[in-house]
Amino acid sequence: MGFVHQFWQLTIDGLMSGSLYAVIALGYTLVYGVLQLINFAHSEVFMLGAFGGLFAARGLVNGFDHTPSGMTSVGIVLVGLAVGALCGAAAAFTLERVAYRPLRKRNAPRLAYLISAIGASLFAVNMAGKLWERQNVTMELPFTNGTVFHVFSASVNTKTLVIILVAALMLVLLDTLVTRTRLGQSIRAVAQDADTAILMGVNVERVIVLTFVIGGLLAGAGGFLYAMTFSASNNMGFIPGVKAFTAAVLGGIGNVRGAMLGGIVLGLVESYGGYVFQASYKDVIAFLVLVLILMVRPTGLLGERLGRAA
Amino acid sequence: MSTTATSEASSVAPSPGGPALGGGAGLGQAVTSALVSVASLRRLGACVLFGLTLAVMTGPNGKAAEPFGAIRHAILDARIVTFLIIAVALWLVISLWPLGRPLATVATEAVRGPVTSVTEQKYAPIGLNIILLVVAVILPFFFSNASVTWMVDGIGIYALLALGLNVVIGYAGMLDLGYIAFFAIGAYATAYFASKTAISAHSPFILNPFFVFPIAFVIAAVAGVILGAPTLRLRGDYLAIVTLGFGEIIQLIANNSHWTNGPRGAFGVPHLSIHLFGINYAWKLDPKPYYYLLLVIIVLVMIAFGRLERSRIGRAWAAIREDEIAAEATGVPTLRLKLLAFAIGASVSGFAGVLFASKQFFNPQIFSLQASFLVVTIVIFGGMGNRLGVVVGSVILQGLAYYLRDKVPATDRYIYFGAVVILMMIFRPQGVIPSRRRKREISLAEHGVGQADSLGAAATSQEAAR
Repeated sequence: MGFVHQFWQLTIDGLMSGSLYAVIALGYTLVYGVLQLINFAHSEVFMLGAFGGLFAARGLVNGFDHTPSGMTSVGIVLVGLAVGALCGAAAAFTLERVAYRPLRKRNAPRLAYLISAIGASLFAVNMAGKLWERQNVTMELPFTNGTVFHVFSASVNTKTLVIILVAALMLVLLDTLVTRTRLGQSIRAVAQDADTAILMGVNVERVIVLTFVIGGLLAGAGGFLYAMTFSASNNMGFIPGVKAFTAAVLGGIGNVRGAMLGGIVLGLVESYGGYVFQASYKDVIAFLVLVLILMVRPTGLLGERLGRAA
Repeated sequence: MSTTATSEASSVAPSPGGPALGGGAGLGQAVTSALVSVASLRRLGACVLFGLTLAVMTGPNGKAAEPFGAIRHAILDARIVTFLIIAVALWLVISLWPLGRPLATVATEAVRGPVTSVTEQKYAPIGLNIILLVVAVILPFFFSNASVTWMVDGIGIYALLALGLNVVIGYAGMLDLGYIAFFAIGAYATAYFASKTAISAHSPFILNPFFVFPIAFVIAAVAGVILGAPTLRLRGDYLAIVTLGFGEIIQLIANNSHWTNGPRGAFGVPHLSIHLFGINYAWKLDPKPYYYLLLVIIVLVMIAFGRLERSRIGRAWAAIREDEIAAEATGVPTLRLKLLAFAIGASVSGFAGVLFASKQFFNPQIFSLQASFLVVTIVIFGGMGNRLGVVVGSVILQGLAYYLRDKVPATDRYIYFGAVVILMMIFRPQGVIPSRRRKREISLAEHGVGQADSLGAAATSQEAAR
C-alpha cells in the first residue's frame, strides 16, 4: 500500500541519483575500456570537482542578498558546472601523470596500478580534509527550489529537474563524442586493440590522457551537482564512487551505454530498496547488487566491450 | 637518502681522473649539458611542483570558508624558501645522477656489499634472526609504559595484520582492501563469546578469550571464503572493490546495529587469562605481558608462513603469480589456492581481532577504511612477500607515527601514507626489504614475462580477436 503510494516519488528520486551514478560511472568505464584498469581514485576526481564547483558557485551566490532567479540562476549553475568539470579534469590529468604514467612507462604489473591508485586516493582525501576541514560543506541553492510539475502523485522540484536534465545532456554529449567524432573513434580503437591502433596511426598516449580528462570533466560536473544538492566533504567520494563502479559493472564495464543504463537501474533499485528495507542500510543495497551481478552475470547487462557501444 | 646526498657531493666536487670523466673542463661541460636542456627544465618544473606540494602538505590547516587560505599561507611564507631549496637540490641530484653514478657505486661499495649479501640470500642468516629476536625481547625495558602500549596496539597488532595481508598481496598477488573487516569480526566475536555485558548480544555460554581464538579464526576464514568465492572466479581486480565494499558494510553494521552497541562500542571484554594445570595467570593492564604474548604469536606466524611459502602451496602461489594460465594448465587448482590465501589472510586478521578486543575497549571507528589502507601501506612499504619486511614496515611506519604524534595531526598522517605508497610504486615497488622472488617477478613482468600478480589476464585483447 505504502509502496504503491510512494512509487512515483521513489522513481523520481531514483532517477535523480541514478543519473548522477551514470555520469560518474562513465569515467570508470572509459578508463577501463582503454587501459583495462579500474581507476580506484576516480571517486576523488569526483570529490575535487565537487569542491571546485561548490566554491565557485558559493562565491557567486553569496554575492547576492536574495536568492537569484531567471538567467542569473542558470548562469551560476553553468559556472559551477564548468569550474567543477575543469577541476575534475585537472585532477584526473594530474592523477594520470603522477600515479599511472610512470608505471605505464615501466610496464608495471597491474597490482601496482591498483596500489598506486589507493595511494593517490588516500592522499587526495586527506589533503582535501586538511585544506577544507573534515566536515560537510554546503552552499545555498542558486535558485528557488519549488515544485515544477507533477508526475502522477509525485512532485518534481527544481533541484531534481536540474540534475536530471544536466546529467541527461552530458550523457547524450558523451555518447555522441564516443560514437560520432574522430576522438571517439580513436578511443574505441585503443579499447579494441591498442597495438593495432598504434599501427593505424592513433596516438595512444594522447588518447589515454584525453580519456582520463573526459572522465574527469564528467565526474567533476557530476560532483558539482551532488555538492549543490547535498554537500561536499573530503570523504564524499567513496560511497558514490563504489556505487558508480557498481553501475559500470552492472551495465558491463568498458561499455559506455551500459554505464548509463547501469547507473539509472542502480539508482532505481536503490531507491525502491531503501524504502522496502531500512533507509540506513540503503548503501548496502548497491554492494549486494554488485556481488549478485558478479555471481550471476559478470559481463553486465550489455556486455563488456567499449567497441560495442557504437 | 644519505647515499644520494654523498654521491651528490662527490659528483659536484671536481675529481680529476674520476672513473667516468676526463678532467675538470670535461666535467664542467658534462654538468652544463646535463642541466641545460628542455627535459632538464621540465624536471625542474616537476621538482618545484613537488616542493610546493610538500609545503602545502606540511603547512597549516585550512577552512572551508576560505578555499585558498591554507595554500596561500603555506606558500606565501618564509618556509617556502626551504622547500624551494629542497626542490632545487632534488633537481640537481636527479639531473646529475648519471654523472655521479660511477662515483656513487665506488663510494657505497663498502656498505652495499655486506647488505646485498644478506638481502640477496635465500634465507636470512640465522644469526641475524636471533639478534633481531633478542632486540625485540629486551626492547620493552628501555621504553616507558605508554611507548610499550603503542608497541602492542600500534606496532605489534599491525605487524600481525600485515603478516596476514602479506599472504593475500605478497604470496597470492591479490588486493584486499577490506582487510580490517575480518579484524572487526574477530573483535566482535570476542565481545560476543567472552562477555555477557560487553555488547548487547552475547552467546548462551561464556568462554575464556583464549577459546575464542579458534572460533574467530574459523569465522573470519568462512567470511573470507563467502566473500572470495563469487569474486575470485572473475578478474582479480573485482576482489579489491568487493572487499572495499565489504569493509565499509561491516563498519556500517557495527555502527548501526543495536546488537553491537552501535557507535559506543564494546566495554569490558575480559582480559586474557590462563587457568590450567594449577597455573593461574591473567593479563591485566600492564602492556608488557601482552607484548610478549604478541611477540610469541608473531614469531610463530612468521615461522608458519615461512614454511607455507616454501611448501607445495607456496610454490603453487608463485606459479599463479608468474603465469596463471600456465599454472592452471599444469594442474594447479588456481581458484582454490587463491581462495585459500584469502581465507588464511582473513583468519589471521580475525585472530588479531581477538587479541585486540581482550586487551582494550573498542568501537566501530577503529575498523575504518583508513585502517585497512594503513595495513596495505605497511605491506607495500615493508616489501610484499617478505615476512621480515612487513614486520619492519610496521615498526618503521607505526613507530614514525608514534614519534610524530605531537608534531603531525593524526589525520594528516594519511596524506604522507598516500604519498609514500605512490612513491614506492613508482621507484621501489618491491618495498624496503624486498622478497628476492617478488623482486625478480616484478622486473620480469616489466620486461614482458609473466604477470607478478594474480589479477587474471586482461581479457579484452582475446575477445577483440574474435
